[in-house]
Amino acid sequence: MASETSLRQGRKAPYALLSPGMLWLILFFLVPMWTLLRIALSEKPNAFLPDYELTWRWANFSDAVDRFQPELVRSFAYAGIATLLCIAIGYPLAYFLAFKAGRWRSLLLGLIMVPFFTSFLIRTIAWQTILGQEGPALGLLRALSLVSVTDAIGLTRDGAFLNTPQAVVGGLTYNFVPFMILPIYVSLEKIDARLMDAAQDLYSTPAAAFRKIVLPLSLPGVFAGTLLTFIPAAGDYINAELLGNVKTGMIGSQIAKLFLKESNYPEAAALSFIFMAIITAGVLIYAKLLGTEELAA
Amino acid sequence: MTEPLLAERFVLEEVVHEPLPPEKRRFRSRLLGLWAVLVYAWLFAPIVVVVIFSFNDPAGKFNTAWNEFTLDNWADPFQRQDYTEAFLTSLKVAAVACLVATVFGGLMALATSRYEFRGKGLVNIILVLPLTTREIVMGSSLFTLFFARNASLGFTTVVIAHILFCLSFVALTVQARVRGFDWSLEDAAMDLGSSPWRTFRTVTFPLILPGIAAAGLLSFALSIDDYIITSFVAGDGTTTFPMRIFNANKTELPPQINVLASMILLVTVGLMGIGAWRTLKRNAAAS
Repeated sequence: MASETSLRQGRKAPYALLSPGMLWLILFFLVPMWTLLRIALSEKPNAFLPDYELTWRWANFSDAVDRFQPELVRSFAYAGIATLLCIAIGYPLAYFLAFKAGRWRSLLLGLIMVPFFTSFLIRTIAWQTILGQEGPALGLLRALSLVSVTDAIGLTRDGAFLNTPQAVVGGLTYNFVPFMILPIYVSLEKIDARLMDAAQDLYSTPAAAFRKIVLPLSLPGVFAGTLLTFIPAAGDYINAELLGNVKTGMIGSQIAKLFLKESNYPEAAALSFIFMAIITAGVLIYAKLLGTEELAA
Repeated sequence: MTEPLLAERFVLEEVVHEPLPPEKRRFRSRLLGLWAVLVYAWLFAPIVVVVIFSFNDPAGKFNTAWNEFTLDNWADPFQRQDYTEAFLTSLKVAAVACLVATVFGGLMALATSRYEFRGKGLVNIILVLPLTTREIVMGSSLFTLFFARNASLGFTTVVIAHILFCLSFVALTVQARVRGFDWSLEDAAMDLGSSPWRTFRTVTFPLILPGIAAAGLLSFALSIDDYIITSFVAGDGTTTFPMRIFNANKTELPPQINVLASMILLVTVGLMGIGAWRTLKRNAAAS
């Protein structure tokens, strides 16, 4: 029923409808980006005055990289591991929802969104409770005398879950896994069931059918899910602050600290831009590797 | 990729196998089902913990170890005034931000999905950009803007920021919902003598209303949950609920947090439930 011809040729009306929203986006999104860039290239001529002077000091960028290289590397490493875990956990679940859930499907799909509607912060604090020294997770391990085993495989450190990189990665995985499950589900659900029947009729093993039909056709979903989990995970620092220790700080908390505690605006702004540039470059390379076909889908 | 092509690939490349016996097939299904149960348990564990611990009477300042069952926290959820105030601030911010963002974003969606005009591509790009920008970058850019303009940070700057990050979500959600809508219905109404305002009220608005409602709910949830951007633009005088919790986390964790969080959960799940029920009813009526 939809047709391009039913779209109206607008003279003034569309611009009038757009103007309040566009004004907001220009004033509070595009202009601030410009101020951020200006500050990133500025210097403070006098330590006792609040003014900054635009001196095109590109060294702010290299200084920031030198100083915060560990945090930059850590942010992307944690986000990368969390994304892989999200695929490992989310793919089988999405497969279950798409092909095996039957009449429970829409209910189960809706349930995935429920945690999303409770506070991110409070969910992460709940993990503090679950994983804490007096929490149920360690209690269970102690009752089964498995603490030495989990210590050995690196799941816990010195008999504790919290304040470890593992806990941070676990928190990131938990908080962003719905953004992996849903796109994979959408791409799986679109697969024509007759293709799998055909494969079976042609005596393919289920494993081969999965590898040759389901997996390739679901890759766009994995691709989208990877972007939707990796990018926010790399920028997040709530998990690192609440579940990690001083050695697990991610780039976001450094930017916040530089802005709000140390008042070192040029370096903080430069760091923001570096973070943004790495993400953008990463997305472009990733899109190139996987091909624009997947990106368009 | 077309279907016969895929089927051909099978015949050419794959060794022919006997089909799997049914019991093995069932076993695989069960395994997947078990995995789903485990993942759902994991997804809901923190939420269950939040609700259970809202009935706890903690021994110390941290409500992290189970001590004793009590209903006191629910009987007096607003006992801690600092948390209650922060909670009310969050509700106020979310209400204003959600209202403004829904109106502005809805109008933008109407413009981009209903009209063909010059600069539409650019508008769409500017709409998507905030969604791809990380919170930390958006927060720091707004911080530098307010700093450069000497604006004092507080309630107004928080609302400005929240409207900004909800705006694109609303516009794109409504856009997705009205995609494929046949706008010539409006012409039909006008041909039959309806005034433009009446046409909007009786034809256009009811059709975009579900999208608007979904977008409004989404932006309310986004607003009430935000910590990172808010922490950049709130200044010293304004504290939202997430900020209050985050700042206090190292020193205390009163059970009232659990009660207020359980309330948010109840309301949002309730609203989602109503939405789902209405959709089901509509689908039942349609078929």
